[in-house]
Amino acid sequence: MSGQTLYDKLWQSHLVHTEADGSALLYIDRHLVHEVTSPQAFEGLRLAGRKPWRAAAAVAVPDHNVPTTHRAEGIVDPVSRLQVDTLDQNCAEFGIVEFKMNDVRQGIVHVIGPEQGLTLPGMTVVCGDSHTSTHGAFGALAFGIGTSEVEHVMATQCLMTKKSKAMRVLVEGELGEGVTAKDVALAIIGAIGTAGGTGYAIEFAGSAIRGLSMEGRMTLCNMAIEAGARAGMVAVDEKTIAYVQGRPAAPTGAMWDQAVAWWHTLVSDDDAVFDREVNLAAADILPQVTWGTSPEMVVAVTGRVPDPANAPNEVKRHDWERALAYMGLAANTPIEQIVVDKVFIGSCTNSRIEDLRAAAAVIKGRKKAANVKLAMVVPGSGLVKQQAEQEGLDKLFVDAGFEWRDPGCSMCLAMNADRLEPGERCAATSNRNFEGRQGQGGRTHLVSPAMAAAAALAGHFVDVREF
Amino acid sequence: MEESKLMRAFTLLDGLVVPLDRANVDTDAIIPKQFLKSIKRSGFGPNLFDEWRYLDHGEPGQDNSGRPLNSDFVLNQPRYQGAQVLLARENFGCGSSREHAPWALEDYGMRAIIAPSFADIFYNNCFKNGLLPIVLDAAVVDQLFKETAAAEGYRLHIDLTAQTVTTPAGATFKFEVDAHRKYCLLNGLDDIGLTLQHVAEIRAYEAQRKQTAPWLFT
Repeated sequence: MSGQTLYDKLWQSHLVHTEADGSALLYIDRHLVHEVTSPQAFEGLRLAGRKPWRAAAAVAVPDHNVPTTHRAEGIVDPVSRLQVDTLDQNCAEFGIVEFKMNDVRQGIVHVIGPEQGLTLPGMTVVCGDSHTSTHGAFGALAFGIGTSEVEHVMATQCLMTKKSKAMRVLVEGELGEGVTAKDVALAIIGAIGTAGGTGYAIEFAGSAIRGLSMEGRMTLCNMAIEAGARAGMVAVDEKTIAYVQGRPAAPTGAMWDQAVAWWHTLVSDDDAVFDREVNLAAADILPQVTWGTSPEMVVAVTGRVPDPANAPNEVKRHDWERALAYMGLAANTPIEQIVVDKVFIGSCTNSRIEDLRAAAAVIKGRKKAANVKLAMVVPGSGLVKQQAEQEGLDKLFVDAGFEWRDPGCSMCLAMNADRLEPGERCAATSNRNFEGRQGQGGRTHLVSPAMAAAAALAGHFVDVREF
Repeated sequence: MEESKLMRAFTLLDGLVVPLDRANVDTDAIIPKQFLKSIKRSGFGPNLFDEWRYLDHGEPGQDNSGRPLNSDFVLNQPRYQGAQVLLARENFGCGSSREHAPWALEDYGMRAIIAPSFADIFYNNCFKNGLLPIVLDAAVVDQLFKETAAAEGYRLHIDLTAQTVTTPAGATFKFEVDAHRKYCLLNGLDDIGLTLQHVAEIRAYEAQRKQTAPWLFT
């Protein structure tokens, strides 16, 4: 019999019950909650007279609706305010710990979980949010769920689910200068497509992945969902353990030693068999820029907008034509000639301290281009913001003409006041370039933090390696 | 044993088909973000595909009846009014996990969606809301697109018990569905009640886990 994958080990260690058809009850260790996908779940509990099975397993934070300016004045939009107030009330009623809007620990749910040590190796982590895959960076089984499942986990601490197939994406070699985890994520999505990972849990492995920092691994796992996979993960190594140690919710003393001993086993066995293997050479990956309305519509910064005439089939040709029309781009335009109106550095993909450092390093005392109407930096959490300010990064950004904001999801999905106007073009470090994602009619190009900063300075996309 | 609350059961459907000829339709398109601010579970139907369906910008709480319609959008065409079966292309429902997407489809009146593939989270969310996602071969879906375009009033007969889709000409296509999901959908059962039948097993798991991984329970 062949060995086990990391996914097998995580699955098996959380199995409560298996049905004849393979459906299984999986025990959930950590349940992260935000204001958008939880109100109907709490309402369901209330209507059924149910209590949380284990309230201590859940932690809540408002992030999607929160303003990124003048926060002390509260939320202006009454609909957004009601949703955040409802979270506060539900957490108080059901006894769930919440980091409220003005708590320094508040931030994007996928940033604060790891930051607080609420995300630990070997855990099952769920949240009513597709980017829950982020937490797989810790050798955890982490995936997004719908609101009915939020209610189900609250009521039972379990999920009824079915095992996915296992895919391994191996990236071997060393990444070039200026090439980041974001570029690796986009290159993988470009290679396998946005449905390439559907039905799979992806393990990212190989020397280039081991070489990534924990924050880089979070960026990569974050975008597993953009490759179609509910869960992405990276095996535990010394970097994982070093990152977790000393976090507020991490174990200590004898329990720490016991935990570390188990965490060391959270790797795929040498003889483990995957249902699908994908190989990429790190050296082939260049800084990436998306040109269309799906994350798989991506090319290297050195490339050009593709020509629908060269699409592999009719459905794709149709999609490319529609994407070019929506994006206001002509086929064969060099990427470096695309001019941007706004720049957004933030989101659960790229708003951690290393992301902000990478963007700040590009700025080096330069100024934002005159044609860029707005360049904004939205840290992932209050603590990331504090750290950046201690390092003086805020001053670098402000001096270059960027806005330095308060933490939240912000213009990744524009549920708060931060959004694109129709026709505006944005270099964004977020994860989705869908039509209307950053505001109705807005045009999004996904890039790394360094590439976004460079675009802000040049006023158009540029190859950060030559900038 | 705890009673399961009921959602709408799905057994048989003879439904008018509307074709949405785009791949990778994401949940942001199905229901745009501004409508996610609602704390309710119902009322999303008028804003299904809001940015494609209307020519103006929609906001929650607005009266949608007077808004200018995009007559090019398939859902607005007279021949597709009352559609209950959405015919779609690959990777339908990708992106955000928002269950507001199936809520909006269900509230609009859709009962089934046929596509060559669905995004995992969306697929799962459908079953919690009495909505049946059906995967058929890309070539079959392509054929159904052609037949729908060719015949006004084109309907499909869907039988969940037999797991079949039948065309007006009598061609029958079999589809797969997990036994557990099928059982819940046929009976309109939500699965919290079913899971709570396993309380003893959950408690036994927790007791064992507290021994082997006590840090998870501090």
